[in-house]
Amino acid sequence: MTNKKPIELKDVTLESGVKIKPVYGPDDIKAIDSDADIGKPGEYPFTRGIHPFMYRQRPWTMRQYSGFGTAKETNERFKWLLEHGQTALNVAFDLPTQLGLDSDDPFAEEEVGRVGMAIDTLKDLEEAFEGIPIDRISTSLTINPVASVLLAMYLAVAEKQGIPMDKVRGTTQNDILKEYIGRGTWIFPVQPSIRLIGDMTEFCAQKVPRFNPFSVCGYHIRESGATPVQEMAYAFEIAIAYIEEILGRGLKIDDFAGRIAFNFDIHGNLWEQVAKFRAGRRLWAKIIKERFGAENPRSMVLRMIAGGGGGGLTVQQPENNIVRGAYYALISALSGTQTMALCSYDEAYTIPSKKAALISLRTMQILADEMGLTDTVDPLGGSYYIEWLTSELERRIVETMQQVEDFGGMVKAVETGYIQREVSHQAYIREKKIQSGEIVKVGVNKYVMDEEMGEVEFHPFNPEVVGRQKKSIAEIKASRDGSEVDAALSALKKAAQTDENVMPHLLRAVKAYATLGEITSVFKDVFGEFKEPVGL
Amino acid sequence: MYNSANLGILEKDKPMDAKRIRVVIAKPGLDGHDTGAKVVAHALKDAGMEVIYTGLHRNIEDIVKTAVEEDADVIGMSIYSGAHLPLSKKLMEQLEQKNISGKVVLIGGNIPKKDIATLKEFGVDEIFSTGSKLDDIIGFIKDRCERIS
Repeated sequence: MTNKKPIELKDVTLESGVKIKPVYGPDDIKAIDSDADIGKPGEYPFTRGIHPFMYRQRPWTMRQYSGFGTAKETNERFKWLLEHGQTALNVAFDLPTQLGLDSDDPFAEEEVGRVGMAIDTLKDLEEAFEGIPIDRISTSLTINPVASVLLAMYLAVAEKQGIPMDKVRGTTQNDILKEYIGRGTWIFPVQPSIRLIGDMTEFCAQKVPRFNPFSVCGYHIRESGATPVQEMAYAFEIAIAYIEEILGRGLKIDDFAGRIAFNFDIHGNLWEQVAKFRAGRRLWAKIIKERFGAENPRSMVLRMIAGGGGGGLTVQQPENNIVRGAYYALISALSGTQTMALCSYDEAYTIPSKKAALISLRTMQILADEMGLTDTVDPLGGSYYIEWLTSELERRIVETMQQVEDFGGMVKAVETGYIQREVSHQAYIREKKIQSGEIVKVGVNKYVMDEEMGEVEFHPFNPEVVGRQKKSIAEIKASRDGSEVDAALSALKKAAQTDENVMPHLLRAVKAYATLGEITSVFKDVFGEFKEPVGL
Repeated sequence: MYNSANLGILEKDKPMDAKRIRVVIAKPGLDGHDTGAKVVAHALKDAGMEVIYTGLHRNIEDIVKTAVEEDADVIGMSIYSGAHLPLSKKLMEQLEQKNISGKVVLIGGNIPKKDIATLKEFGVDEIFSTGSKLDDIIGFIKDRCERIS
């Protein structure tokens, strides 16, 4: 007999810190109860999916982020996407709009129309949705600190199209807590910002029942460096902070929980992502049922858009991102997400070009129509590895949530910068692992090629947009009823100073063509501004 | 909001060491993508430098003021929104107008290759766009600061 060399296998540890064995079997899932823990799709605890037949009944919604310079350009792109089979719209606003600044604000100048469309008054949103029947599409507005103003504008556009409020469908991103952690478009301090989310949710629960007033974004937290477990845990703690605000107004959990939406990220290890979503569905159902006492099963489901994250894409060898996008879409489908959005291959550089956006859309369509991903529900369910990993990640998500609660909850954790530090520390660790090659990124630290970078087609920035917007603001200010604007803004201020719901006053102000900047100034006067805790 | 001195000073309580390189990491304008800036700040701090991170939504005046007050050797600005040309130009103009010399100026973020020459014409010392190696940034700063001092 010859001496056999022992087989040496490399260690595998997921980003969330879980060590992975080379083989899983029945012993690994002994503790899992197949009825109570896994259950049937469409039934509590929804581990396998939130609908009984999932994609067999209706494929995922395909939604790509779009929005350019002016309302007119945006309108043309919307119509083009709808003509090509996209089923919902996702609107990008420029940074001044996202931060409540008018296009004629000196601090806005370099950014007007750059990363999305500029909205100064209701007129801009009217133009963006001209000829688009907004009762027949579902629109997602990527806007946070001034989401209440944009919701008011959107409802005003609907009214002008003759569509009653209770027929309006859509989502405002409106997740301010994650802005302090990741995306950086914050204006007001934490507490009044959460109050605005409460006002919107209360108003929607009463008058706009088909609208999702906020979408909690683990996505940006993950993009900012968090692990998949932190992504899920922090998103849930954020959602809990909003829920507590809304419950404090006397609403019942079942009055609004069914409209809570989530936005999650996909990049990295395939199995870790799939298990993350399955664990997230199960845990969220338990939280809503057990902690908040919901009775309606529709309140307990984790409704989500999951997208191929820009963070996984590379500037190097950009065409490789098309392939990554296809795998992210596959992960999204295997995870049972309701809505899918993919970052386009040029997204590491810029907002997507038309060609790149179309490739992303086709990627999702190929998956739905050619590959059998819609045939059967949760095809990975029952796998020893996936079921074990689902339970392991759930345990770790609970543990991370507990750390936040021990700190005093998400509001305090964000006000003091605790979460921001945790996430930026994790980003640094991840970057070091990429630079050392411990985390492999093809084209970046493995299979590197000498290449001419920056050949990607850029969406051109149009410097004329700022001039056009300024002119439009001047014209509107000259022609609107100034006394109605003043009256609406002072009524808004009064409401903001008390605990009166600001939504009816916002509707009045936007219909009078008050500018976004004027409205935001009222809130700044009353609420003040956020002071960023900037330690590392 | 944009003019307040809402600055977090890292390692502020430590006695000032004359040999330590002082770096201001800044986020100008409205862009909120601060992950890259924070990662670089962490790395420079680990490499023994004093790092002052400005936080978000700073205007160029604030950044120049901070760099002067902090006696920074290096100003690193991180920009992802596409506004790197006008913002960098403004920074260089202000440094010149205020007769501030001897500061190494670095630009990071989403910077297309075709803009690198223009940025250098403005007087930017080096560009470290997405995907740059942390060791390269550290090495460049150490090399340049040795030459200045």
